[in-house]
Amino acid sequence: MSENNVLVRVEHLTKHFPITRGLIIQRVVGAVQAVDDVSFDIKRGETLGLVGESGCGKSTTGRTILQLYRPTAGKVYYGDKELTALKGEELRRQRRNMQIIFQDPYASLDPRMTVGNIISEPLEVHSIGNASERRERVQELLRLVGLNPYFVNRYPHEFSGGQRQRIGIARALALQPEFIVLDEPISALDVSIQAQVVNLLEDLQERFGLTYLFIAHDLSMVRHISDRTAVMYLGKIVELAPRDELYGEPLHPYTQALLSAVPIPDPVKERQRQRIILEGDVPSPVNPPRGCRFHTRCPLAVDVCREVVPEWREASPGHWVSCHLV
Amino acid sequence: MGPEKDKDSAKGLPGGNPAAGLEKLSEAEALTKGRSPLSDAWREFRRNKIGVAGMVFIIFVIFVALAADVITPYHFSTQNLSYTREKPLTPYIVTTDQLPNCHWANTPLEQYCTVFIAGSDPLGRDLFSRVIYGTRVSLSVAFVAALVSILIGTVYGTISGYAGGRVDNFMMRIVDFLYAVPLLPIIILMTVYFQALSRRGVSTGFMGVLIDLSRATGGLLFIFIAIGALNWIGMARLARGQVLSYKQKEFVEAARAVGATSSRIVFRHLIPNVMGPLLIAESLAIPGYIFLEATLSFIGLGVNPPIPSWGAMINEGYRGIRSNPHLVLFPGVALSVLTLAFNFMGDGLRDAFDVRLRGRG
Repeated sequence: MSENNVLVRVEHLTKHFPITRGLIIQRVVGAVQAVDDVSFDIKRGETLGLVGESGCGKSTTGRTILQLYRPTAGKVYYGDKELTALKGEELRRQRRNMQIIFQDPYASLDPRMTVGNIISEPLEVHSIGNASERRERVQELLRLVGLNPYFVNRYPHEFSGGQRQRIGIARALALQPEFIVLDEPISALDVSIQAQVVNLLEDLQERFGLTYLFIAHDLSMVRHISDRTAVMYLGKIVELAPRDELYGEPLHPYTQALLSAVPIPDPVKERQRQRIILEGDVPSPVNPPRGCRFHTRCPLAVDVCREVVPEWREASPGHWVSCHLV
Repeated sequence: MGPEKDKDSAKGLPGGNPAAGLEKLSEAEALTKGRSPLSDAWREFRRNKIGVAGMVFIIFVIFVALAADVITPYHFSTQNLSYTREKPLTPYIVTTDQLPNCHWANTPLEQYCTVFIAGSDPLGRDLFSRVIYGTRVSLSVAFVAALVSILIGTVYGTISGYAGGRVDNFMMRIVDFLYAVPLLPIIILMTVYFQALSRRGVSTGFMGVLIDLSRATGGLLFIFIAIGALNWIGMARLARGQVLSYKQKEFVEAARAVGATSSRIVFRHLIPNVMGPLLIAESLAIPGYIFLEATLSFIGLGVNPPIPSWGAMINEGYRGIRSNPHLVLFPGVALSVLTLAFNFMGDGLRDAFDVRLRGRG
């Protein structure tokens, strides 16, 4: 765990989306606190899984790391570069190293462009190669993601969801990035296709030594693919640990509740499974609870949880958690 | 791609010998030509008989307008004062000094120089020729006004929608303001003012340039300005709405993630996606432009005489509609049929582009 092994370092990252009122004079009446004071590292070559419910800020975290959203506060380092300090042309050049694959393969490809143009767009944007070299590269990429290179002149609407996702993967790989944010890349696909795409992603990682931030809400999929796993709740990361440790002995009550909801594919064990049922709904991120954000639903909450924000600390080596009771 | 290649092999991309693979591709690629959304729409449009008929008719009218000098017997301003208000198909005796004015003199068609196919107007001009020449005014209004309003509207609306926030707010309030102002009376006043200036012979500065331009276009300039000013507003709103919905899509974010600049996103991603509905709205608005030109010409604010405009011709003829109905009939029918053709084509295009309407009717 030496320092230079860290590819992406996130420090106290915060992203608030302001809510404004008024037509001409816009005043800020509040903010959606999508991500609030989140810190973690992603090591070179690893897959960090990021799980949480819908709307807990997983995608926002991923996009803020890539500077698709500029953070409200906090810093993101890529290698030794501070991404949050980069602007304009410098940032644009930096984008060659980091890419994103989206959830919805229907919305993430421009319907008016051919597959060839979609995949070669990153190359054009960074003026790499001439037209025929780009064509060659596009065909190579198509082959790489398991598609027929003849498809270059086709349009996205002529493909299935799984094929479109492969096109999105090819586009992300075009610039040979080191780091890819996978924003629920398989949630929109059929279960049979999910496995294919995950296998493809794993193959590619092995081949090119890619580093992944894998965002998902499917706990078993994250367990399968990630080296370390982080759990998010209402804009905060509540627990981060190596995969087996997190799934084996979760420390945070929210993680425990989440994991208890995963069915076990063994009828005997499944019958003995104890579910921890959480009461109530996720509070609004516009007005999150004081103290620990989870205290409104936590079965173990005590007074201190309602008042003091729990510290983000290392409970055992590599196992980070944010809870007063651990 | 020098350093790129090296990076490739270092990372172990199956570079192999891509050039060898490329040879085979070109042939097979031809077989796997994609069906673009545009070609799908065209296929759909071709199934709409009435729409195709409208388009064919419009293309026909474009050729007629271009070839007006050849297919008419006389120039629109040629007068023969011995024969005014003649009924259609009246033969008349061409005086020797008139014959050289006929476009068909010294050709096998020469004999038709002696007949008013559609009659003649009160000034002894051949009505058929004037109706044919009138297509030029109507079509140039249709296309120039469409072009102007779609250009201004798309650029304005796209910028407004893409910029968002305060810029968007400000730009759209201007549009709202213009929407609230009754533009037609203002345009009429403007036109009257410019015509007065033009008669007094002012020709200095910006006004002079405008008046010269107006004269060069036979008075059409103000119609272009009027129609442009009236219609870019709607286009801008439509473009903005479209951009607002498209800029949320993930493919725009994907473009930003690979490092595309804003102008690339606007011109390569947003505008091509936004164009469809705008073109449909525009093709449905064209009949309105043709009508507006006819209206302005009818009340005497259109093109300068003797340039023939259908609206002006109807105005000249309507007082004698009982005795000489043909003076109104021919330009009126021409106007209606052209408008109808544009309407049919616009409907066809809308059905073809709007996927939601597909499979009905």
